[in-house]
Amino acid sequence: MELRSSLGRARGLGSAKEGVGHWWAQRVTAIALVPLAIWFVCAAISLLGADYSTFQAWISEFGNALLMILTALVLFYHAHLGMQVVIEDYVHGEAARIATLLIVKFVLAALAASCVLAVILVALRS
Amino acid sequence: MVEFNLPANSRIREGKTHPIPAGAKRVRRFRIYRYDPESGENPRLDTFHVDLDSCGPMVLDALIKIKNEMDSSLTFRRSCREGVCGSCAFNIDGVNTLACTKPIEDIKGDVKIYPLPHMPVIKDLVPDLSVPYAQYRLIQPWLQADTPPPAGERLQSPEEREKLDGLWECILCFCCQTSCPSYWWNGDRYLGPAVLLQAYRWIADSRDEATGDRLDQLNDPYRVFRCHTIMNCTSTCPKHLNPGKAVAEIKSLLAQRTL
Repeated sequence: MELRSSLGRARGLGSAKEGVGHWWAQRVTAIALVPLAIWFVCAAISLLGADYSTFQAWISEFGNALLMILTALVLFYHAHLGMQVVIEDYVHGEAARIATLLIVKFVLAALAASCVLAVILVALRS
Repeated sequence: MVEFNLPANSRIREGKTHPIPAGAKRVRRFRIYRYDPESGENPRLDTFHVDLDSCGPMVLDALIKIKNEMDSSLTFRRSCREGVCGSCAFNIDGVNTLACTKPIEDIKGDVKIYPLPHMPVIKDLVPDLSVPYAQYRLIQPWLQADTPPPAGERLQSPEEREKLDGLWECILCFCCQTSCPSYWWNGDRYLGPAVLLQAYRWIADSRDEATGDRLDQLNDPYRVFRCHTIMNCTSTCPKHLNPGKAVAEIKSLLAQRTL
């Protein structure tokens, strides 16, 4: 039985006094992804049918490797921010929410790291 | 949590059908949600036939006629009958609105009336609004200033006063609040569009000196940032206000003070 007042429940644990950072980061990464995504699609189209050595030469160029790494990092960071919002919206229950948040964080971090590593390894392989 | 299945005791059953009044020419069917927690029975949907020739033009007129002439146990809130008090907010024809300003003519087919969505029901069309009221109290909806009051009024220029237009008109009917999916899923922590519009009403007031404290109270992943600009609030508001914009202004101010 809960006899706590409505006001007590509404105030709960109080304001976290943070939240705007997450919101702003989501917008910044979204804006960054506009040019990065256009570049990525154009690059993918221009490399259609290319063999491995052509691609290897392409990604060894500083600009291409840089943009590729940026795309991966920004994309997975943005995905993380978005997934976090979805989980906070829909997954209730302290344990389930924290567990899902951790899984998403770890999986997306691993994906981002493997993309970066792949770019570096392929670019440096002569 | 998102609930895909209703709890067993909230499944709506077919209720009573009241007969078509004798000699009625223009008859409209009203399908109204009924629930009495003391009966221990599930909610039901009652059918009433209303003779439009002997009824006022608005949905509230029909509800009052039904209560007076067909079933006096029908329970609903109403007061001003002209869109000022915000009492007669229901889900009518699938949209949250005020029964007193919703013409029956605007509805095609049966007129379906349910209580405001996703709130505990006290009886029939009366929802328990104690949580949104407490959330309204949380945002401290009164003028806060450290400057001692002058001999007369605290002055405001016409331009400063203009900033309150579109905010002061809110009558707290909670049509927007209960139309918001974010509020359905996280109503215990998200303050909801009506309360946030009211919070912004005080933030936007040039006479108020507590803006920083108010923003501190709102800067929270749940209190404000559960808003994902779904905009149900703005499309449902019976006073044609824009709670979605007020929430966006709060977010923008929160961002401004960190950039």
